[in-house]
Amino acid sequence: MSEKLKFWLNVASLVLLFGVLFLFSRYGSGYQIRILNNIAIFITLAVSYNLVNGVCGLLHLGPNGFIAIGAYTSALLSMTPAEKQLNFIIEHAIWPINVIQVPFVVSLIAAGVAAASVAFLISFPVLRVRGDYLAIVTLGFGEVIRVLCNAAQSVTNGPLGLKGLQAHTNLWWSWGVATLAVAAIQRLINSNYGLAMKAIREDETAARAMGVDPFQRLMLAFLISAFFSGIAGGLLAHLITTISPGLFTFLLTFNLLIMIVVGGLGSTTGSIIGAVLFAWGGEALRIVERPMEIGPFTIPGIPGMRMVIFSLILMLVILFVRKGIMGRSEFSWDALASKFAGWRRTQTPP
Amino acid sequence: MSLTLFLQQLINGVSLGSLYALIAIGYTMVYGILRLINFAHGDLLMVAAYAGMYGVLLFSLPWFISFPLAVMATGALGILLDRAAYKPLRQAPRISLLISAIGASFLMENLALVLIGGVPKPFPRPDFFGYVIKAGDLHILVLTIYSPIITLLLVLGLLYIVFKTKAGKAMRAASLDFEATRLMGINLDRIIALTFLIGSSLAAASGIMWAMKYPQINPFMGVIPGFKAFIAAVIGGIGNIVGAVLGGFLLGLCEILIVALLPDLAEYRDAFAFLILIGVLLFRPTGIMGEPIIQ
Repeated sequence: MSEKLKFWLNVASLVLLFGVLFLFSRYGSGYQIRILNNIAIFITLAVSYNLVNGVCGLLHLGPNGFIAIGAYTSALLSMTPAEKQLNFIIEHAIWPINVIQVPFVVSLIAAGVAAASVAFLISFPVLRVRGDYLAIVTLGFGEVIRVLCNAAQSVTNGPLGLKGLQAHTNLWWSWGVATLAVAAIQRLINSNYGLAMKAIREDETAARAMGVDPFQRLMLAFLISAFFSGIAGGLLAHLITTISPGLFTFLLTFNLLIMIVVGGLGSTTGSIIGAVLFAWGGEALRIVERPMEIGPFTIPGIPGMRMVIFSLILMLVILFVRKGIMGRSEFSWDALASKFAGWRRTQTPP
Repeated sequence: MSLTLFLQQLINGVSLGSLYALIAIGYTMVYGILRLINFAHGDLLMVAAYAGMYGVLLFSLPWFISFPLAVMATGALGILLDRAAYKPLRQAPRISLLISAIGASFLMENLALVLIGGVPKPFPRPDFFGYVIKAGDLHILVLTIYSPIITLLLVLGLLYIVFKTKAGKAMRAASLDFEATRLMGINLDRIIALTFLIGSSLAAASGIMWAMKYPQINPFMGVIPGFKAFIAAVIGGIGNIVGAVLGGFLLGLCEILIVALLPDLAEYRDAFAFLILIGVLLFRPTGIMGEPIIQ
């Protein structure tokens, strides 16, 4: 299949995607639009998380910290000074937070940059260690960010959180960012840099012997992942319009982990499938928390049952189908074409 | 700060440290043999606390029967955890093992949430541990004195097992070289099961004392002590039992004293332990007692 044809196929599928989104934005219910927004944000988060966990093979457990930084940066920058005055009741916001206001798009970019800058700072201690230590240090980082959000009353408004944000996030923003993130990260993975990252994942010593500098390559992945997590955090804040430190606990990281493990660690396609399944499955599973009536019997809904099911799914996948849905393979037009050709052959009589 | 207050905080610190120490031993023993952070270890605290509580309230057992039973049950649960979540992954990449551990931890917490409910429950503290000793201006809960003593007794018992018995020898051998130990004809599955049994029982003992110290128990009570105890194990040098005990005491003391000396920082108490961890990993990754890693 020629490169030109693939390019046009990509363009056609993008047009199709945004056409469907247009129809939903016109005729879809608020609930459907909400779920579509969730899916797009989860895709951005899962794909960028997969870059560090799947492609580089580092068990990074702190994306909730980056999402929190992005959400707070973007929210604080996009609120009007009057709105901030209303929010900060206990302590006034410090200068310059109390006067500044920028357009939404600038606040999103600032969110990404802020998350990436913090990622740059912590990458020095984090990337010195590997394996379990890296897991616990990044987990600690996520926890520290949450504690800071709780305690820094004059910056984040503490446990009260920020309320009444403008709902800037719509389907175009969320899916635009998701498309951008997937394209950028996929290009990175297929580049020379991506090859080096995979080499580090497979055998760091061998990669080093080949002249790959693990620190630089891993730092690049870490920064890009944090950048997109920060932007997604900003989108999330302007989607749900209320943020508080309790939103950014380890549970958020755990959900992302489920997505990329179920989809297949190391596969961008898998992360997208995982994110869609998670967003859709999370809604579908709400049944178990609601009372059900089957004939004369009423089964009481069990609150919290969803998390039990999610944890079970994660464990079953990791124990029995460790590769997840996609393994490490990606979607490609070539594979689709050869599948189709194979199917055609079975259809035509010899 | 007056001398009495300082003394009071010192005793509190040692007491808290003894609880961290007991949990840290479990982390360090499992890490020594399997090279795995058992993320679900902290949740065993919670299981033990609930088991002890239901033993007293539901089956109206006296505490000195109910608590040891809870410890044994938690030990058995530790073995089950290994069999169900870790054993199938012995040959798998490390990242899978860690994800399985995180999954097991969330499963235990949320099962407890579904079965018991999220409302904190009061823990029935026996009067034996509940009275307050007054010495001059000092007011000390008697539990605060008992817990370091219980910890020291348990650690002495553990050291006896590890250094004087055959099973302990096998454990030390397994942590030095897993494959070579298997070649010597040692049944490693039994050794690993024993490790989990001991580690989980110690965590359970700590969990029950924790529940008596802070007598409101909920399904997520084990998370923070678990993380901190892991940090204590790293401070002491992971894989080293004496190091884990020292690290536990050190972390408990530091935490209490910093909050006592600088009350402004009390809000940051939970973040503080992680900063220590980052510091240790940066400057002395092998901890106090750990041997330098030869690459």
